Amino acid sequence: MGIEKQDSGQVILDGKDISKKSIDKRAKAGIGFAFQQPVKFKGITVYDLLKLSAEKEIKRIEACDILSRVGLCARDYVDREVNSSLSGGELKRIEIATVAVRNSKVTIFDEPEAGIDLWSFNNLIQVFEEMRKVIKGTIIIISHQERILNIADEIILLNSGKIEKIGSKEEVMSDILKTERAGCCKIGGATNG
Amino acid sequence: MTKEDKSGIDIFVKENTKFEFVHIPVIITESGLKDVVYNDFYIGKNADVVIIAGCGIHNDHHKDSQHDGIHRFFLEEGAKVRYIEKHYGEGKGTGKRVLNPVTEVHLKSGSLLEMESVQIKGVDSTIRVTKGILEDNTNLVVSEKIMTHGTQTAKTEFEVELNGENASTHVTSRSVAVDKSVQEFKSNVVGNSKCFGHVECDAIIKDKAKVIAIPKIIANNVEANLVHEAAIGKIAGEQLTKLMTLGLSEKEAEEQIIQGFLK
Repeated sequence: MGIEKQDSGQVILDGKDISKKSIDKRAKAGIGFAFQQPVKFKGITVYDLLKLSAEKEIKRIEACDILSRVGLCARDYVDREVNSSLSGGELKRIEIATVAVRNSKVTIFDEPEAGIDLWSFNNLIQVFEEMRKVIKGTIIIISHQERILNIADEIILLNSGKIEKIGSKEEVMSDILKTERAGCCKIGGATNG
Repeated sequence: MTKEDKSGIDIFVKENTKFEFVHIPVIITESGLKDVVYNDFYIGKNADVVIIAGCGIHNDHHKDSQHDGIHRFFLEEGAKVRYIEKHYGEGKGTGKRVLNPVTEVHLKSGSLLEMESVQIKGVDSTIRVTKGILEDNTNLVVSEKIMTHGTQTAKTEFEVELNGENASTHVTSRSVAVDKSVQEFKSNVVGNSKCFGHVECDAIIKDKAKVIAIPKIIANNVEANLVHEAAIGKIAGEQLTKLMTLGLSEKEAEEQIIQGFLK
């Protein structure tokens, strides 16, 4: 939906077919996408990235506010370069901030728990709970992590690329525990507003 | 003070001079001119100054214009200098705009020189040579930014001798080469004492451009700690993709990445 072209079928957003649109056109149409592995740059600062992401001039205070919401002490980070001097957890939070500032209709998080330590993971759950308040549209989280599913309103269970079940957390989880197959991937969708 | 034996000036900064700015502009507008300037800077003990040198060539004609500036810095004990050098060329003629700056830095005990050089577009051919001779407890920081277009060529050479105990140097080169331009980066850091040297060369290439990086580090002392890093490549695809997910077109994304890289 965000960056890959589909093999078959269509991607419809607000009744419009965006299947054939390029990445930037999909973004403009209202899709937000948070990378599993946040991308690093040379020379581009956190503030630069947030400004580009917001697609308008945002004040430092606004940038700081969004950083605080993802659990970063804004003063220390706003002028840092988005490069390898930042840890996995820090990059992840910045990635989430760049997506949150867009106010997309649909925001996709690709395995947000990947590549971060346990301590950061606990905080990440809090960040997502905060995110539900901040982001006005729908949030889709692609995850293998059971604990992230706790915050989902609805879970879509995918198995070998096919939808196996759509339902509440309780329904889907009991199904998984019964079958417990290897190679099982879950998708959690949290809607808000 | 104007030199008597050759073209150029001697500049003396007195001991303990603080927060002064020295501007050295050179502008060449005459086509067919080959200009060589020797400027020597003598910086007194514990002085702390900023020196700005800008060379501009405007050549609308068909003969080549060349400016070879030789800047030598002699820093006394405890002196601090920030040296900023900007190079710029313009003009519609086919005459080449050639800049060949040479910078020589002599650092006495406890002194520090930070040099920033920027050359963005407009200069057809450049050979930049920077040499440093460092005594004990000194620090030489060099950061250069170069962007070449068309058939421009740019060569940079760094030669640093770390002679004194706790002498250190950090050289960072960031460059972007597009079209058919060619760049060459050569560095040679010699550690003769307990010292630290770090050289970093980072280049983005596009189209049919070529970048050559030739690093050399020589440790003549068991306590010398020398590091060289070099990376050349096109803009990372994932960087473009990330910026495109933020709504930028591929071209805009590329501009942002290059602008950030050379900032």
